Amino acid sequence: MIKLENVSKKFHDTVVLKNVNIEFEPEKTYAIIGSSGAGKSTLLRCINLLEKPSTGKVIVDGVDLTKDKAQLNPIREKIGMVFQNFNLFAHMSAKKNVMFALLKVKKMSQEEAEIEAVKQLTNVGLAHRLDNYPHQLSGGEKQRVAIARALAMHPKAILFDEPTSALDPEMTQEVLKVIKALNHTGMTNIIVTHEIKFAQEVADIIIFMNNAEILEVTNTKEFFEKPKTDRAKEFLSNMI
Amino acid sequence: MKVNFGAIVEYIPYLLGGILVTLEIAIAAALLGSLLALIFSLLSRKKGILQSAIKVFIDFFRGTPLLFQLAFFHFGIPQITGIIPTPYISALVVFSLNSSAYLAEILRAGIESIDKGQIEAAHALGVKSWDISFSIIIPQALRNVLPAIMNEFITLVKETSVVSMISLTDIMRRQQIVSAATYRFFEPLLVIGIIYLVMNIVLSNIGKILERKLKYD
Ligand SMILES: Nc1ncnc2c1ncn2[C@@H]1O[C@H](COP(=O)(O)OP(=O)(O)OP(=O)(O)O)[C@@H](O)[C@H]1O
Ligand SMILES: [Mg+2]
Repeated sequence: MIKLENVSKKFHDTVVLKNVNIEFEPEKTYAIIGSSGAGKSTLLRCINLLEKPSTGKVIVDGVDLTKDKAQLNPIREKIGMVFQNFNLFAHMSAKKNVMFALLKVKKMSQEEAEIEAVKQLTNVGLAHRLDNYPHQLSGGEKQRVAIARALAMHPKAILFDEPTSALDPEMTQEVLKVIKALNHTGMTNIIVTHEIKFAQEVADIIIFMNNAEILEVTNTKEFFEKPKTDRAKEFLSNMI
Repeated sequence: MKVNFGAIVEYIPYLLGGILVTLEIAIAAALLGSLLALIFSLLSRKKGILQSAIKVFIDFFRGTPLLFQLAFFHFGIPQITGIIPTPYISALVVFSLNSSAYLAEILRAGIESIDKGQIEAAHALGVKSWDISFSIIIPQALRNVLPAIMNEFITLVKETSVVSMISLTDIMRRQQIVSAATYRFFEPLLVIGIIYLVMNIVLSNIGKILERKLKYD
């Protein structure tokens, strides 16, 4: 469903992605791991073109997003994204945050959008927080609003960029629980994370990145039992 | 000469009448100026010739005295074009352009103060740039710079006093007329000083109410 072909990304002279090729299959969960600065966020952001690849193709549902500008928003509509820093709209309540794209992109009526927003926020355990503004919510609550906002669009895939690294351990658990519940519910989940244990628990496939390259795309079980590359072995031994 | 308000009492309604003229110019210029400023600050989000042209425009209006701008437009330019605008039109054009330059700078700062993450989140949801500008960026930018905008409006009300130079009978011009008729300065000047002060106190309170209305944190 999502395919990156020979994707490279340079910022000025620094190479951040080097000739990346990968295909994400429908309804699977991928965890992208690797050391800091490896290019994980950049790879994720190339999928919905928040970062424009310097060269290469990003093909989603058969459309090359680097070429077809008109298709960008319709495709983005189908790919949710959850950020490390939540990025909630500061001037909107939790409910309005979820409703916003339903109104502007899905062109729902106020009433339809509100019903959907309440449903999604209830699903992530925030039925009591509908009218609170972001600054009134804890980090974990903010991230759950962000997840509800993405899910309300009924995306085919959802991208998570270190969704818990701005959270303390307790809140991390509440957010991980929500993400875990999304597993195998029909979406492709692509999760950049430093929570190795979580990656092991939730992912079908591990994508291991190092130094602007993908070194491994391996079944989770296999990756943790017998990583193919020395770099991955070293990375895992540093983690434990 | 002793202070004697009795001598100017009959002129007070005339002085008060200047409020309408002053407000008319200030409000019209504030509205037109805000609209222009909004357009400028949105257009200059993208680099290019347009951005440079807008910058030159803003620098001109912020870098020269208002009195000069008014004189240049009302007396200078007509020498070349042969079209002499009415004092009202000149005042309106110059004040609108002048305040648009200051407001555009204020808005630009407000837009830059908005966290890029929210804009990215909206893009990631597939929201059109237009909707992002009007529903995410502008409401928050306005909120952030409202005190600076109110300041600019107060400055505008005070600065309209220079239109007396082109014979518009605003508050200031009326004081000059009353002084000429009565040979008194202190009393009419004190009266118009109080008028300006009260107008701006009202304006600044409207600003505070607006700020409270727009508050979300
Ligand atoms: N906008 C940018 N301009 C310049 N350099 C950038 C930019 N974004 C990222 N980089 C650089 O690209 C490299 C990869 O960044 P990226 O954020 O993709 O890494 P990451 O694997 O997500 O790291 P982390 O685990 O720390 O989040 C880093 O060296 C970073 O400094
Ligand atoms: Mg990152």
